[in-house]
Amino acid sequence: MAIKVEHELHMRRWGRNLGLGLILAALVAIVFGLTIVKILALGDPDKFQGYDHVVQPMMDDQAGEGGQ
Amino acid sequence: MSDASLSQPLSVPGEAGMGDYWELLKPRVMSLVVFTALVGLVAAPVDVHPFVAFVSILCIAVGGGASGALNMWWDADIDAVMRRTKGRPVPSGRVGPEEARAIGLALSGFSVMLLGLAANWLAAALLAFTIFFYVVVYTMWLKRRTPQNIVIGGLAGALPPLVGWVAATGSLAWAPVLMVLLVFMWTPPHFWALALFVRGDYGLARVPMLTETHGDRVTRRHILAYALALVPVSLALGFTPVAGQIYLAASVVLNVLFVGACWSVWRRDRSAAEADRFAAEKRVFKLSLLYLFLHFGALLAEASLGTYLGA
Repeated sequence: MAIKVEHELHMRRWGRNLGLGLILAALVAIVFGLTIVKILALGDPDKFQGYDHVVQPMMDDQAGEGGQ
Repeated sequence: MSDASLSQPLSVPGEAGMGDYWELLKPRVMSLVVFTALVGLVAAPVDVHPFVAFVSILCIAVGGGASGALNMWWDADIDAVMRRTKGRPVPSGRVGPEEARAIGLALSGFSVMLLGLAANWLAAALLAFTIFFYVVVYTMWLKRRTPQNIVIGGLAGALPPLVGWVAATGSLAWAPVLMVLLVFMWTPPHFWALALFVRGDYGLARVPMLTETHGDRVTRRHILAYALALVPVSLALGFTPVAGQIYLAASVVLNVLFVGACWSVWRRDRSAAEADRFAAEKRVFKLSLLYLFLHFGALLAEASLGTYLGA
């Protein structure tokens, strides 16, 4: 008896599973590609930073100085 | 489960392959949607990033395909009766109706959301309206009720160039509205010419096509009337900024040919048509395909030349 038994069901569904896998991979590629295009469209690399990850006291200082 | 059951073939009636799902999206209709939407997008007087343009067209195509899947889900009963459609995935049992509905709804949501994120939300709203119009207004409401089904329902098939334009510009304009009108006025003679030579099919399914409800004579009159009404619409598009001499020249020639062919269909009756196996009706049908393809092809050529020459 063979160690690996390929069930007839798996063979029948191979094409469908492969197709679905390719569609999901394409979806990931599209979302990734759109992200890159949208970010590069901003032009100024400073805008890449959303300033929403960490507290940046330096920016507060600058804002304070600007306001005086 | 016993060991023996592992080697037994699992008989799953209606198990579909990828080809069946692809067929569910009505690829031939999708090709028209892709082409007209692409022209709308390329003719727009703005630069669109090629990847955003690609994703936008993909979303419009998928939205069109989703409409097709929902149409096949709802119309499975009449598709099973007609010779032309009984081999489709749902009536033939390869795809279950609930599965077709789920795929249609999922792809509709996916295409609209992604178009909104990739291009803009006005284009996404227009795509959502197009899907709604095709599925609810045409398929569920009009198709089985009125012989004007394809006239009003044709709006859904006419909207893609406007969606393409709005995806590029984010706003409306007269040129894409005229593109919509062109496809809208083109749809009735195209389908009625088909209905003249596949008449029995619609009768079997009790779909109130004009040929069934009002007969041959009225249908032939309508074909000519719409062909004549198509002339000013197609020529008007030639005087917008997206068109030029190539389009106008092509449009004049195509209108002469198309009106001439429709005139031939109008002049004869069913017995004459049966005598030559509907040669004139088939000619109108084929010519209508060429008519639309070359009108939009001319717009595409103008837009490409404009870009190439830096105009």
